[in-house]
Amino acid sequence: MNRIFASRLLPLMATGLVLVALFAAAGAGYENFLSARVVLNLFKDRAFLGVVAVGMTFVILSGGIDLSVGAVMAFTTVFLAKVIGGLGWSAPVAMLAAVGIGVGFGMFQGWVIHFFRIPAFLVTLAGMFLARGMAFVVSPRSVEIRSAFYDDLGERGLPLGEGLLLTVGPLMYLVVVAAGMVVAHGTRFGRNVYALGGNEASAALMGLPVGATRVGVYGVCGGCAALGGVISTLALSSGDPTRGTGLELDAIAAAVIGGTVLTGGRGWVFGTFLGVLILGTIKTILDFDGSLDPAWLRIASGGLLLGFILLQKLIARQSVS
Amino acid sequence: MSELLHAEGIVKRFGSFTALKGVTFRLRAGEIHALMGENGAGKSTLIKVLTGVHEADGGTVTVAGRGIRAASPREAEAAGISTVYQEVNLLPNLSVAENILMGRQPMRGPFIRHGEVRRRARAALARLGLEVDVGALLGTFPVAVQQMTAIARALDQEARVLILDEPTSSLDARESEELFAVMRRLRDEGMGIVFVSHFLDQIYAVSDRITVLRDGSLVGTWEAAGLPRLELVSHMIGKEVTAGGGDGGVVSGGGAEAFRVEGLERKGTVGPLTFSVMAGEATGLAGLLGSGRTETARMLFGIDAATGGRVVAGGETVDLGSPRAAMAAGLAFCSEDRKVEGIIPSLSVRENIVLAMQASRGVLRRVPRAEQEALAAKFIAALNIRTRGPETPIGTLSGGNQQKCLLARWMAMQPRLLILDEPTRGIDVGAKAEIEALCGELRRAGMSILFISAELEEVVRNCSRVVVLRDRRQAAVLDGPAISLRTIMETVAAS
Amino acid sequence: MKVLRSTLVWPLVALVVLLVFNAVASPGFFHVEWKDGRLFGTVVDIFNQGARVPMLLALGMTLVIATGGVDLSVGSIMAVSGAVAAMQVNAGAPMVQAVGAGLGLATLLGLVNGVLIARVGLQPIIATLVMMVAGRGLAMLLTGSQMVPFANRSLTWLANGSVGGLPVPVVLVLGLAVVTGWVLRRTAAGLFIEATGDNEKASRLAGIQTGGVRLAVYGFSGFCAGLSGVLEAANISAADPARIGDTRELDAIFAVVAGGTALTGGRFSLAGSVVGALLLQTLTLTLYNQNVAPAVAPVPKAVVILAVCLLHSPRLRARFGKRTQPVAA
Repeated sequence: MNRIFASRLLPLMATGLVLVALFAAAGAGYENFLSARVVLNLFKDRAFLGVVAVGMTFVILSGGIDLSVGAVMAFTTVFLAKVIGGLGWSAPVAMLAAVGIGVGFGMFQGWVIHFFRIPAFLVTLAGMFLARGMAFVVSPRSVEIRSAFYDDLGERGLPLGEGLLLTVGPLMYLVVVAAGMVVAHGTRFGRNVYALGGNEASAALMGLPVGATRVGVYGVCGGCAALGGVISTLALSSGDPTRGTGLELDAIAAAVIGGTVLTGGRGWVFGTFLGVLILGTIKTILDFDGSLDPAWLRIASGGLLLGFILLQKLIARQSVS
Repeated sequence: MSELLHAEGIVKRFGSFTALKGVTFRLRAGEIHALMGENGAGKSTLIKVLTGVHEADGGTVTVAGRGIRAASPREAEAAGISTVYQEVNLLPNLSVAENILMGRQPMRGPFIRHGEVRRRARAALARLGLEVDVGALLGTFPVAVQQMTAIARALDQEARVLILDEPTSSLDARESEELFAVMRRLRDEGMGIVFVSHFLDQIYAVSDRITVLRDGSLVGTWEAAGLPRLELVSHMIGKEVTAGGGDGGVVSGGGAEAFRVEGLERKGTVGPLTFSVMAGEATGLAGLLGSGRTETARMLFGIDAATGGRVVAGGETVDLGSPRAAMAAGLAFCSEDRKVEGIIPSLSVRENIVLAMQASRGVLRRVPRAEQEALAAKFIAALNIRTRGPETPIGTLSGGNQQKCLLARWMAMQPRLLILDEPTRGIDVGAKAEIEALCGELRRAGMSILFISAELEEVVRNCSRVVVLRDRRQAAVLDGPAISLRTIMETVAAS
Repeated sequence: MKVLRSTLVWPLVALVVLLVFNAVASPGFFHVEWKDGRLFGTVVDIFNQGARVPMLLALGMTLVIATGGVDLSVGSIMAVSGAVAAMQVNAGAPMVQAVGAGLGLATLLGLVNGVLIARVGLQPIIATLVMMVAGRGLAMLLTGSQMVPFANRSLTWLANGSVGGLPVPVVLVLGLAVVTGWVLRRTAAGLFIEATGDNEKASRLAGIQTGGVRLAVYGFSGFCAGLSGVLEAANISAADPARIGDTRELDAIFAVVAGGTALTGGRFSLAGSVVGALLLQTLTLTLYNQNVAPAVAPVPKAVVILAVCLLHSPRLRARFGKRTQPVAA
């Protein structure tokens, strides 16, 4: 029994261990690294990635993949800039509309994948170019968002003492992670996502709504991507059609590093949370240490991604024999 | 006893092929009813119609007097019919409890009541006399527990009809016994159980009645106690026990020993087997479906590794590490699963024929186009392959002609031993005769053949020696005059 | 109607339609002139730019897709090889050595993809996705994320010179295409690739080393991407590790799919992919001529890919089943 438990949570523990080790090493190597401010900045800086990664986790759990998230996020940022700045929409309405568009776009991709049986990577790759292109149609260059609502929101947040403030962006991130954990583990939709990723044929034979689940899961991911865009405009007060390039890879890496198996059916939203923190810590270290090339971020996430995939393979092989 | 399930005149077609030709099947409450038949008899199609996986093209199904028309597994389950498949169709990545309650979890608002899920799961398993940690992942348990979980799922949705499709094929003897105990208990509670198995011993151990299907038609339903084994076998394969066919096989050509199989086995799958294959002779592998015929062939060709024993040729152990190694040792294997393991559907007849020869020569030494065309032309003529031309994609040919192309693929290799697994299945009568004739010619040319067929008459007609398999073990090796339909059937049916 | 069933017809028809549109919409489109011993003109540009990236990438991608896989890392591998070649010439290496180093490393990275897929058993999308991230990182790391300008005549000549009046890339890439096609049909490689992609299990049982086949096609894809990266760098006399090859994997997939090779693997058509690449380049140029912003150009490309895939989709085929060839059971 103990052994089973251990092997089931092994990837998650490995993730936690890597995070602790990274932090400890950075704390030893750099002065002032182990401070609340650094951690808070990390959360602030990576909040948009964290939200997108939660959506990605659901898609991967269902046995799929969504390469369009970065582009959907970019589209959201310029859409917000345009409708708030150019058309004078009220900011909350614009945000709701943006998330709605993200959900709708995701559901459409899910429908094409399910109904026409076209590989998810291809549909979402096309979706990525579609959304990115549309972002450029809305605005070919970065636009500043001027809105009293934004200014106001920027100053609000949860005071943590010592003059530290947990702003709306990271707060939303924590809420999304909590909601993701509840949905994944506590609702029928969440369990059906695991079932779909575990074995689609079995799920169908058990009478589970396979099609609706798949369409829904891409809807969730599209919605999360759009919400990531909202958070990114909160942090930067601008919309940019080039933002989020390569984000899909970071989101996938965060999920996989957090123990979600790429073939679907196994994983945790909480693991993704840890994965995002690991990627964020690496970035913070690179920021701290001016001498290290920022390219290491990509190589490290690629290497970690591969390392964790191989770890999953190894565990899968052992549990078979 | 009351009638629980009544399927009347069920017809199911797949394109031009009729899988069920008006089958009638009645299941009583409180009985275990064995459904028997060889490959292509229509057992699995019937089960899939009953469980809503396929929709019938004709006929009616009633459960407890109420007509149902199950268009999906969900509707069949709602009508009280549950199925446990051979490859347990559950979700190994979820907990035992979730697997039992999936789709029917008790809810509080939008949230699942996990405690209640576990409680109900434990209750359902308790009815089967099983106590496990229902929170652990299903995949961490042996197949036997997974099957119990599937049965518990059926119990929880108050199934009245339980279909067990080859549930024992991956269980050991003790696990099978435990399953039978559960089946008997559920029967005594009034459930109707349909039991599919290839093991005669098991059928007789638990069944009350037996229904036999053959070629998509009902042969009959009998009380198990009143049906001798030999008679059951003869119903299944469609041959009278008393009929002739005692031709004593093909007289041995007196060839030298080409291969000797010594105690070859794969633990948990088949064996140990010991027999000799003579040059210029066909050796038959006979036995019912699931007796280990195909498994033997796969082991010989290096697809599944043997765990014990060896194959000897000319005093030396043959390397059977991979199909390539087996090919190098002069073996060739024509799989029974033509579509998945045989043809390359979009490639041409010519390319399919030269494939194995080309693979053994390597990528650089391409068989010249002229030689390829000559080979294709030769085999198309010799085997009477009906195709528009050598460049037609093989996927568009009929089954019999595809089979002949695959034979050609291996004949082109001029192997010392050709393993033919069900070479005549699913092809028309004319093509069957042609393939049998071809086997004769190959034998006379000095090739050894390992001939696997569910059609015992074919085995008797073509072989000089027959290895009879029963329950994945070698039951007997029959030689020359001892080969007859009757002796094979008696060996198969022996307990 | 055997002609209509050939896979080459539809991309050719699409290409002709686009060309006719351009001939009407932008006068002088087909104007070609001879100046300084070489050809100039819009059509020449299409061939030149089409050869340098999409056509070259499509050569490798065709074989990868024919085995039922996909290679998402080609863009990043382009960046690596371009950077390596640029740094080599800056370090004083002769052109041949610089190009050789770029191609060698690119091929190696392709082979790493192959090992991960054929030996370790990762899904092709995943393995090449990892390479896509790490490869780009490697290119950035090698160059310190800086553009690497260089002044090497012979390397620049590779992209901007001419042979017999034709741009060098056109000669080089069409030559490579012809040689590849010739090798695939002269040896049994083409047969093995198609068999592996069409039915891997049956191929293995017929004695084909399907793992080796997969390894080789990813290696070749890496090689093609490497050459493309070198040409891209040579074209502007600088290697930009962030930009070279960015999102070009889509171009390659476009060319292959539009050229009639199915994503499910099996039969492939190198000629189709060449035509597909020209189609892509013509489309890009047409959009440019119609004042569509370059950044928006991927939209119509994505739409075309999806449309072609929908046409291949079994569900849609079933609906219009009468017109397609039944595959007998």
